[in-house]
Parts: sequence; C-alpha cells; structure tokens
Amino acid sequence: MKLRIMDKTFVYLTGLAVLIILALLFTILGNIVANGWTRISWEFLSANPREGMTEGGIFPAIFGTALLVLLMSIFVVPLGVLVAIYFSEYANRTSMLYRWSRSAVDNLAGVPSIVFGLFGLGFFVQWVGRGVDKAFFGGHLAFGQPALIWAALTMAVLTLPVVIVSVEEALRAVPQSFREASYALGATKSQTTFRVVLPDAVSGVLTGGILAVSRGAGEVAPILFVGAAYFLPHLPSKLNDQFMELGYHIFVLTTQSPDVEATKPLLYATVLVLLGLTFLLNVVAIVVRARLRVLSGAAR
Amino acid sequence: MSTSGTGATMANQFPLLKTEVKAQSAPALASADAKMSLDCLDAYYGKRLAVDKVTMPFREKLITAIIGPSGCGKTTLLRTLNRMNDSIPGFRVEGKVLLDGNDIYHSKTDVIGLRRRVGMVFQQPNPFPKSIFDNVAFGMRINGLVKDHSVLVERVEQALRHAALWDVVKDRLQKSAMMLSGGEQQRLCIARALAVQPEVLLMDEPASALDPISTAKIEELMVELKKDYTIVIVTHNMQQAARVSDFTAFLLNGHLIECCPTPQLFTTPGDPRTEAYITGRFG
Ligand SMILES: Nc1ncnc2c1ncn2[C@@H]1O[C@H](COP(=O)(O)OP(=O)(O)OP(=O)(O)O)[C@@H](O)[C@H]1O
Ligand SMILES: [Mg+2]
Repeated sequence: MKLRIMDKTFVYLTGLAVLIILALLFTILGNIVANGWTRISWEFLSANPREGMTEGGIFPAIFGTALLVLLMSIFVVPLGVLVAIYFSEYANRTSMLYRWSRSAVDNLAGVPSIVFGLFGLGFFVQWVGRGVDKAFFGGHLAFGQPALIWAALTMAVLTLPVVIVSVEEALRAVPQSFREASYALGATKSQTTFRVVLPDAVSGVLTGGILAVSRGAGEVAPILFVGAAYFLPHLPSKLNDQFMELGYHIFVLTTQSPDVEATKPLLYATVLVLLGLTFLLNVVAIVVRARLRVLSGAAR
Repeated sequence: MSTSGTGATMANQFPLLKTEVKAQSAPALASADAKMSLDCLDAYYGKRLAVDKVTMPFREKLITAIIGPSGCGKTTLLRTLNRMNDSIPGFRVEGKVLLDGNDIYHSKTDVIGLRRRVGMVFQQPNPFPKSIFDNVAFGMRINGLVKDHSVLVERVEQALRHAALWDVVKDRLQKSAMMLSGGEQQRLCIARALAVQPEVLLMDEPASALDPISTAKIEELMVELKKDYTIVIVTHNMQQAARVSDFTAFLLNGHLIECCPTPQLFTTPGDPRTEAYITGRFG
C-alpha cells in the first residue's frame, strides 16, 4: 500500500515537472510572439536598420548569420565526419589516441562558449591571421583582424562535438552485415567506409550539419571578438570582412542602443526571427532523419 | 574416411566399415582435385580453440556441406576460407588453408584478391540499401574490373541470370534492393557474389532465414551453379546437406569427425557420433 502511494506520488511529480516546463516555454514564447509579431513585415526582413536602429529592418543580420553558418558548415561537416569515421570505423577502442581524443571531444562540448570566443581571438585572429598577413600581405593588415572567416572557424570548433556525435551515432547504426558483405566482395576498408557505411549514414551527416547550424545560429559569445559587427553599411563580400549577426544584433539592441525603449519592438521581432529560424532548422533535421530512416530502414 | 583423433574409437566399433570407407574414398580425398583444402587447421579466438586440427579438401566444381551442432565451429571454419575473420581481434590460425595449392594465410597473400576469388553469401540476406543494379555492380566497381559501362550492364545481367533472378527484376533494376522478398534478396546476394566471377562460393546457412519455397529455389540454384563454381555450404539442415551436396563433413566441438561422400555419410556413417547426430540423438 505504501509502495502504491509512493508510486502514484512519483507519477504526479513527473507530471508536475512536465507542466512547469510547458508553462515556462509557453510564457517565454508567448511573450516573444505577442510582442514581436506585429513588427514582422517584408520590410523588416529585407531592409537595413535605420535611425540608430530604431527603424528599418534586420536584413544584414539575417544575411550575415546565414553566411556565417554556411561557412561554418563547410568547415565543420567534413572535419566532424572524418573524426566520427575515425571513432567508429578505425579507432582501436583501447588505444591511447582513441581515449584521449574521445575525452577531448566530450570536454569540448562542455566548454563555455565565451571561451571559444577568446580562443578564436587568440588563435585564429591573432596567431593564424597575423601569420597569414606576414606571409602573404607583406605585414599589411588583411586577415589579422576580426573577420567572417575567423568567426566561422571559431563557430566550427564550437559545433564540432555536435556533428561528431550525430554522425558517429549514425555510423554505428549501420548494420555490421553491410560491412561484411562489402569486405567479402574484395572491398578495402576505405572503400567499405566511403561507399557502403557513409552513404547509409547520410541522415546522421545531415542532421549533424543541421543541428550544428541551429546551435551556431543561436550563439553570440563566440563571435563577440572575432568578427561580429555592431553596424555595417555594406553586406560582407569577402572572407575577411566583418558581418552583422542576429544574435549579436539582439545583444546590441538590448544593451548598446542609444534609446532602448524605442528599439524594444524591434528587439522582440528580431528574437522571434532568430527563434523561428532555429526552430525551422530543428524541424528540418527531424524530418530529414525520419524520412531517411523510413527509406533505408524499410527492409531491416 | 576419418581424420585425426577419431581413428581408434572407430576401429574398435566399426572395424569393417572403417577399412571399407578408407579403401573407397582415400584416393579421392587425396586432394589432387581439391580446389581448396585445409591442412591441419587450428583456429583460435584468443585462447579459445574453435577449430581443432582439421584436414579436409573442397573438391573443384562440387558442393561440400559442413554440418554439426551449434557452436561446433562451422562458421569459423568457413570464414577461414576467405579470411573473413581477419578483422576479429585475437583471431588466429595455425596450419594451412590452400587455394590451388597456395597457402592463403601466407603473409604475402593479397587478401582483396583472395576475396574476389572466394565469394561469400551470408546467413541473413544482406543487400546494400542501394538499387538492385548497384548491388550487383558493387564488386566490379570497387575492384575497377570493368571500365566500360556497357560491359558492366552486361555482366550485371549475366550475374542476375546466373542467380535465377533476372526475370524477376529485369524491369526494376533501379529500384531499391530492399523491396525484394527475403528469398529474392538472398538470390540477389548470390548474384552480387557471382558478379566478380569468383572460383569458390562460400555459403553460411544461406537458406536458414527463408521459407521452404525460397529455400527450394536456392537449393536448385546451388546445384545449377556447381557446374561453374566450387561451393562450400554450412547448414543446420541435414536434409538440405543430403539433397544438394556431394561431400559432407561432420564437425563436432571443433573436430572434424568425418568427411566423405554425402550418400555414404548419411547411410553408413563411419563414426557413432555422426550416426547419433544425423539420427537426431543430439545437437
Ligand atoms: N568472435 C568470436 N569471439 C570469440 N569466440 C567466438 C567468436 N565467434 C565464435 N566464437 C566461438 O567459437 C565457437 C565456434 O563458433 P562458430 O560460430 O564457428 O559455430 P557454428 O558451428 O557456426 O555455430 P552455429 O551453428 O550456431 O552458427 C563457438 O564456441 C563460439 O562461441
Ligand atoms: Mg554459424
């Protein structure tokens, strides 16, 4: 009887916890939607900010964010896939290299994002960037300053664990029997990996990429020092340009604007756009994963 | 004929039979016409001995069946024939596995080339989640054997015909192989193995996951394929071994109890343990 009561209580407790979460989420989202919805218009999405950011739109920030995550993906997806392949297909689980790199990746995932920002500044901007300037620009300042490419690289390092975990999971889910079939036909290990295993794990690669993008799009701290700009009259067009970014723009609107009250509606609308984009990406990731699972899993 | 270790018991219990069998089959087993053969083969998983001093031939263009209770080492033995166990940590062999007289475990053996010559079909049908065509073409593509696309198409068709699957799939070569039935998938796997034009075909319980009709088709196919290939089949199903094979080897706890012409093994087994097994008294 006592056990029964405890059991019941536990059920109610978990239910309550879920309710609290839902209520929180609803309040936050409801607040943002209610306050931001009215400001969203075609102009808002397609125009530059005006009048000290109290008017106009956020197009440069959307554009900069898109460019940033695109570049980031170009760096992080291939690298993450290679590391995941090493972990899942090649590494000897008992080797030092495996254990060390494994815990490096696990720890990377727990590092506060501001630390990535400082790392990006110290490593990419000041060390790599200056090195590039010395080597190719005769010491002229070109890459040794905050820039799109350094922000993308910093973001790539930040999102690397997301990609690795997702791809690795997908690789491990590929049935061993496919590998055996491939070996039995005279395939080498790398042929097996790239022609059989990886194609079957493509859903993992895609979701990894999308999750990285949605994570990257929501981070501000890592790009504070390595390329995000307060305001720019022109869109970035070169790798070493600075850029505007949605998350950073929100930060700027909240704390740096001369007239905080006047920017408030804009602020809500911008947050809503950012949330919408990340939400959309996550939905795409889920759909992609589910679809590919249906396609390839039909006969398993 | 019997091999190591069992001679004494057999001599005691079936003295006549033993000499008879020996006289009949010893010359035939002298492995002159063996495509592959095992020579005093031990196979270990770490310290665990799974195959113990097995010596036996696999005759060219005949079907050799390997039977025995679960865990007796059938799969292990089969997989030494194309070195499929190489990647298992701790797996090693002693003794020799000969293909056309050459030891395939020699350090200079090209394992990739070996597997092209010795194809394999698995217990569970395991087509790749690709199109039917791409499945059959896979081996030729990775081996870079066929440069010309029209030749590739031709050989895919030939392999599918060989596996008695052409008429079923000819209109949907670009469809996913996963849409085929279990039996069709297994024949596709056979076609895929045949497409690289191996000399030997290893089959590990190829029909155990299939219904009786598909099983009958696979068996029919094996008999057909024997014209061109040396076939080794592992099976739990003694009727199947009796139906399709020319030679049967009975394995028990890693030991080869006997290996002789199939009719003989099933009518006048040379060892009481074989008899006990085929009459269903254990295993
Ligand atoms: N990867 C492995 N590591 C360690 N031991 C193994 C491994 N594979 C098989 N064995 C052991 O080797 C012995 C022979 O196994 P094997 O798979 O060859 O048997 P089998 O005759 O094919 O059995 P079944 O009829 O059930 O398929 C068994 O005792 C098994 O436990
Ligand atoms: Mg087996």
